[in-house]
Amino acid sequence: MARLATIHTESAPAAVALGVDTIHTPHARRELTRIALVGNPNSGKSSLFNQLTGLNQKVGNFPGVTVDRKTGISQLTPQHRAEIIDLPGTYSLYPKSLDEKVITDLLYDRESAQYPDFVVVTVDASNLRRNLLLFTQLADLGLPAVLALNMMDVAEQHGVQIDIAELQQELGVPVIPMNARKGIGVAALKIVMAQHLDAPTVSFYEPAEELLPMIRQIRYYFNLHNDYLALHYAHQFRHISFLTPDQCQYVQELVEQYGFEPTARQAQETIARYARINEILLNTVSVTRTERNEPYSNKLDKVLTHRVWGYLIFFGVLFMMFQAVFAWASYPMDLIDQGIALINSLIQTNFNGPLINLLTEGVIAGLGGVLIFIPQIALLFAFIAVLEETGYMARVTFMMDRIMRKFGLNGKSVVPLISGVACAVPAIMSARTIENWKDRIITIFVTPLMSCSARIPVYTVLTALVVPDEKVLGFFNLQGVVLMGLYLLGFLSAIFSALALKFLLKTQERSYFIMEFPVYRWPRWKNVGITIVEKVKTFVFQAGKVIVAISVILWVLASYGPGDALDKAEQQARATAVQQQLSPEETDNHIASEKLENSYAGLFGRTLEPAIRPLGFDWKIGIALITSFAAREVFVGTISTIYSVGQDADMRTVQQKLAAEKDENGQPFFTPARAFSLLVFYVFAMQCMSTLAVVYRETKGWKWPLMQLVYMTGLAYVSSLIVYQLFK
Amino acid sequence: MAIRSTTAAATTQRSVKDLRLGESATICCLQDPEMALKLLEMGCIPGTQVRLNSRAPLGCPITLVLGDEDYTLSLRVSEAATILLKN
Repeated sequence: MARLATIHTESAPAAVALGVDTIHTPHARRELTRIALVGNPNSGKSSLFNQLTGLNQKVGNFPGVTVDRKTGISQLTPQHRAEIIDLPGTYSLYPKSLDEKVITDLLYDRESAQYPDFVVVTVDASNLRRNLLLFTQLADLGLPAVLALNMMDVAEQHGVQIDIAELQQELGVPVIPMNARKGIGVAALKIVMAQHLDAPTVSFYEPAEELLPMIRQIRYYFNLHNDYLALHYAHQFRHISFLTPDQCQYVQELVEQYGFEPTARQAQETIARYARINEILLNTVSVTRTERNEPYSNKLDKVLTHRVWGYLIFFGVLFMMFQAVFAWASYPMDLIDQGIALINSLIQTNFNGPLINLLTEGVIAGLGGVLIFIPQIALLFAFIAVLEETGYMARVTFMMDRIMRKFGLNGKSVVPLISGVACAVPAIMSARTIENWKDRIITIFVTPLMSCSARIPVYTVLTALVVPDEKVLGFFNLQGVVLMGLYLLGFLSAIFSALALKFLLKTQERSYFIMEFPVYRWPRWKNVGITIVEKVKTFVFQAGKVIVAISVILWVLASYGPGDALDKAEQQARATAVQQQLSPEETDNHIASEKLENSYAGLFGRTLEPAIRPLGFDWKIGIALITSFAAREVFVGTISTIYSVGQDADMRTVQQKLAAEKDENGQPFFTPARAFSLLVFYVFAMQCMSTLAVVYRETKGWKWPLMQLVYMTGLAYVSSLIVYQLFK
Repeated sequence: MAIRSTTAAATTQRSVKDLRLGESATICCLQDPEMALKLLEMGCIPGTQVRLNSRAPLGCPITLVLGDEDYTLSLRVSEAATILLKN
């Protein structure tokens, strides 16, 4: 197969501004043919997309729509290259979710610069009847199409014989038998895709006679070439994003004038289409029914969705996943951490000056905070991709739906919630598999409440400080019990926040759990690999930008102060260091902590103090709260700087310093009340720039990340307040 | 006509929800107009054979095998109740 290494998506001439008449232009003169890939879920569409485009994929936004748009460049023949647009899997042209609306927005607007030259429809050959429904709808829109008759191997196993020539005749479009998983038929499909295709001549459904007056008026008003397209305008004018309010108003008046009943009409159409499809299949498909054994999928399901074994196996899989994300990922994470530190120290020993500091402590440190998540994201998505590809995820969803539904979530929320214990960032990205808007938003909203791995340093330092290391009931370690309690607190707050949101959020979308139950299959490793690369790329480029920006801002705040406050602080610190005969290292630490105190960050800490005093916190903790806003891990580092413990922030010495800290009355500052207040604060508070950035990316707006920030910070504040006031 | 509004007659009719495990029947009609559109697209066409294949450990959702193809659909019990059966 021709590799596409020489083609770069970025350098490919963008096929923009091709204008209205692109449809009729011969392909040879065009820079790039634009082809949309459409098909049912589980019809092998992603496999085909990956076969066609390999790693030449990119994810962007559909203009004006809050949904991802996946495109890729495919070298069809040595002379022809095409841009392939991967559209969300759908069962029909009547969209049920935001994702599916992308398809109608793209295919109903001939004037759009994004309008495809033709569509490739993937269908599952072993399930032709249901799969052809979408095809006949697309054909009736007058779109030039190719039918990729996928999964021929499965069809043959089932004794399904398809007369390709006859089917081609009946459908009026090229039909390419293939097996996209194995790459069979891809070459033939590419050759057909490189040809000029005419609009199909066969029609599968004629709108009812009595609708024609309305359809003609819509056609005339919008200058449409096709009855069926006009009918869809009548059905969906509310959801077509490119229509102006005036246009919507016009269609609405027509619909009312003619007493058009969308639901009944759509049902009639679907049944009429199935009747037509049955006729076609009668002529083209013969099934030789052999005595078949029970499908192996069913046998596997007897175990994998068993009321006992099913859950046990599921928890086993989860346990493996955690092991991977926690244990295996820590090695490459350490390497990245050390690598960043090495680069930083190399730069710092060789260069000097504020710009270098900005580069090392701001930009590179921020970049490190992004890059360090790559192993976790890669591993987590490798697991999730394999579970998806094999069809096991559908079973997990199936087993958990009933439980999750009670809390306003659904079966598919299980994966993000559980991944959230490792890290909310990949977890929130994995919530994309949830089609229902409300369920998905709730899942994204509550996932950061699950205690992620970044909270562990804070938890361990503070727990060890105030909880005695002793056994309860003879064998439970008290510190372990507290730690578990903190995780439980996070989980319960997530579940109950979901429950609250369930009643608060209003949605037009009705919640369905009607889902195809795919047969078990071996994963295709190429698909898994591409998923990993794509998720990592998305994370680094999208979330990365925001994180680096925030790190730079925080660095500036911590490095500069009003007027010459910092210089004065340094001189004073030097003087006291000499007075107290501190070692050079201790002197440096003392200076660093004095400078931080007088920086803008320190100033903010002091300004913040009145607000956090009721929680038992002082200005020093205030600084740590501010700096660790970017990421919770920063808390321990900041505390060690403020209490001038030493740059390497050894846990033990941090604890000793904290234990030695006195309040104004000379009593130990970190009382259990203060420590628990701080712990509870860190359980709830949204202190993670990466999470906010990824929620922004996933919801394509600031509304949800800001609400999350306000809600979680508020929850943290109130809980902290209650804890401190009760226990002080 | 595939869709039938909720009438007293319709509610006494057996639905997919009432099937025993492994039992087959023929779809007669779909009760909930809005849900019907989705179900039709997913292959629950009147006249099609339907078999209750399995139940989730907690009783809901369930899986159905549709037609003579090996196509399995999973849906909630409340959704299954809208698919009425021929007697």
